[in-house]
Amino acid sequence: MAGIDYSALVERKPDGTSHLDLAIEGITCAACIGDIEHGLAGIPGLGRARLNYTNRRLAVDWTADALEPAAVVARLEELGYKAHPFEPSREEQVEAEEMRFLIRCLAVAGFAAMNIMLLSVSVWSGNVTDISDETRDLFHWVSALIALPAAAFAGQPFFRNASRAIRNRSMTMDVPITLGVSLALGMSVYETAHHAHHAYFDSAVMLLFFLLLGRVLDQVMRRKTRAVAGNLLALRADTAAVLDADGGVRELPVKAVKPGDLVLVRPGDRLAVDGEVVAGVSEVDASLVTGETMRETADVGSLVYAGTVNVTGALTVRVTAAAEGTLLQEINRLVETASSARSRYLRLADRAARIYSPIVHLTALLTAIGWAMAGAGLHDALITAIAVLIITCPCALALAVPATQVVASGHLFKAGVLLQAGDAIERMAECDTIVFDKTGTLTTPEPRIANAAAIPADLLALAGRLAVSSRHPLASTIRGEARGRRPLDAVVEEAGHGVRALVDGTEARLGSAAFCGAEAEAEAALREHPDATVMACAWGGRKAVILLHQVLRPDALEVVRGLAARGYRLAILSGDRERPVAAAAAALGIDAWRAGLKPADKIAALEAMAAEGRRVLMVGDGLNDAPALAAAHASLSPVTAAHLAQASADGLFLGDRLAPVAGAVSIARRAVAIMRQNLWFAVLYNLVAVPLAIAGFVTPLIAAAAMSGSSIIVTINALRARPGRTAGAPSAAPGLIPARRGATVAA
Amino acid sequence: MNVIVYLLPIALALGLTALGAFLWSLKSGQYDDLDGAGARILDDDDIRKD
Repeated sequence: MAGIDYSALVERKPDGTSHLDLAIEGITCAACIGDIEHGLAGIPGLGRARLNYTNRRLAVDWTADALEPAAVVARLEELGYKAHPFEPSREEQVEAEEMRFLIRCLAVAGFAAMNIMLLSVSVWSGNVTDISDETRDLFHWVSALIALPAAAFAGQPFFRNASRAIRNRSMTMDVPITLGVSLALGMSVYETAHHAHHAYFDSAVMLLFFLLLGRVLDQVMRRKTRAVAGNLLALRADTAAVLDADGGVRELPVKAVKPGDLVLVRPGDRLAVDGEVVAGVSEVDASLVTGETMRETADVGSLVYAGTVNVTGALTVRVTAAAEGTLLQEINRLVETASSARSRYLRLADRAARIYSPIVHLTALLTAIGWAMAGAGLHDALITAIAVLIITCPCALALAVPATQVVASGHLFKAGVLLQAGDAIERMAECDTIVFDKTGTLTTPEPRIANAAAIPADLLALAGRLAVSSRHPLASTIRGEARGRRPLDAVVEEAGHGVRALVDGTEARLGSAAFCGAEAEAEAALREHPDATVMACAWGGRKAVILLHQVLRPDALEVVRGLAARGYRLAILSGDRERPVAAAAAALGIDAWRAGLKPADKIAALEAMAAEGRRVLMVGDGLNDAPALAAAHASLSPVTAAHLAQASADGLFLGDRLAPVAGAVSIARRAVAIMRQNLWFAVLYNLVAVPLAIAGFVTPLIAAAAMSGSSIIVTINALRARPGRTAGAPSAAPGLIPARRGATVAA
Repeated sequence: MNVIVYLLPIALALGLTALGAFLWSLKSGQYDDLDGAGARILDDDDIRKD
């Protein structure tokens, strides 16, 4: 790790200090806080290191210019933690600021509601006993003194949104809220000035308090997933070897690489940038980009994309910014068109608001007219109409959806699914068809050894130990499968060929078939498994061919059967060739499959399904899936997906199992059922409360009781948004993801 | 009922103090790491040798 130049990510403050944020991997328990902070204290020049245990991030500050950020990373490595420096994303900072503002508003509204309630309860009990008119007026004026500035401050989030909605001529829940709160306050001031018995200061402020609670819950959910997504991004942020003008090589974080730079891509490296090859010939594995499992040849003039793996030879690549007329630009254009369609999706709460607001306002108007016609006088008619507006203010409605979302996203989190879009739960619940990509989605992102049983055990173990010393991507597979732990001594890596070392005085080799002298065996094996990648291992006179093959995720069959049993229609849309796709479809029992699709074909296929009235959940990982992920009704990506695919998906799932997908749809369905229950409860509440208000029976006491009662009921109901037994086993979350409080992360 | 004249301001002042304290704690970042705060109290760094 040392030697990488992280200076592009260091934030230099005006007072001369420097600051760096790092995402830390491998934190398992609270003792790690002390380990890390005390462990770093020994680095000279380091000012402050503070670990945030909640989101697994370390903030480091230092004054001396001499300190190399790489030293911090190296020290953490010694302590047994992997650190990934990163720059907090702009959205994350904006959202943190928004959250702080909402909590300030909530605090002010809470303070005001408590103090006004103190005065109101006195007035209510005084009204039925012996309160004097002067005392009541004094209490009402003091309430006004607290309520007016508090509402002006705490109501800002609603007032702003309402004015924006009115300017856009749309209707959101904020409009009736703003109207209700301002009318209630205005009327109460007028009534107080005329020595009336009732004032609604407590209702107005309490309303704001409950509504703000809903907003804070909504924000909590979004922030939590954002923090984890940020950590995952930092983890994946690769480095690139940039060639200087004088021919030297510097390892830079990808963020610091500029268009026009020359980047050296060694065999085994995953490309971190898009660019054009200016020197070298190699084979590249573009399965993450196109879904194609067959390798392509790249030579001078070829365009290569971030996410592809350079397999055989070294390449020099000139970084391009936005390559015109390339696959990438085409995909970007498709993603944009597709996601604009999705942004028109109307959330459940907004749909409710569209019906709700006109009915409420009309009812209030009719109440005023009715009472005026019945000869009640303008003043009384208006007061009753405002009471209708206050009692119908959508307290329960505004809590119904966010409270359920928070509970559901907590359960999704445990099941290994991170949501990126707030309305994803609703859209996911509506889906009746699930479309999978094959490569990297139904199959594991990394290949597996296909013929492990046919390889002599000692040769396989030897291959595992040899693989420890190689940086080739396929070596990591062999290492993992053959459980190679201890490296051998004096291992020599011949780039593009393989590794060799002396074992018990005899040379052992792991690498290409030619490197191990096993061409004949390799050819025979290839006839049987034409899609496999062949490697070989040789020791003395013995040789073994290792076939690497993309295999289905371990629980794919079980999950696919479970989903089909629950009535989902399943399909595979793949960019890979027909043969492997047909094999996967047959193994999983999915009849509807298509192969060799281009990104635009995938969208067309999804549109055809949408035209049949089907709502599609798309699950895919490749760059070529990104447009389809954006176009589908809802979408999920494995965490190993290409960046653009991740950005286009509604959610990410972790681990190498497919179970989170099944878990996600069942949790989403249950959550939406509860949201609907809550909304129906709000309707029921209004059916009881509104006639009372129209009849003029609603006093401030009844309004307060009704409001808090309904809010508490919907919140308690939201807690039931727990997944059913059928959700599938939760996958183990990596140590990077914060465990729920009190829980330790199982390995 | 003259007691109200000084009880009301006292009640309000107490409430405002609590609000001020909360806003200060929010601003100074005491809610940024809720899980860590609970664990840090167990860290006996004062008896550490190095």
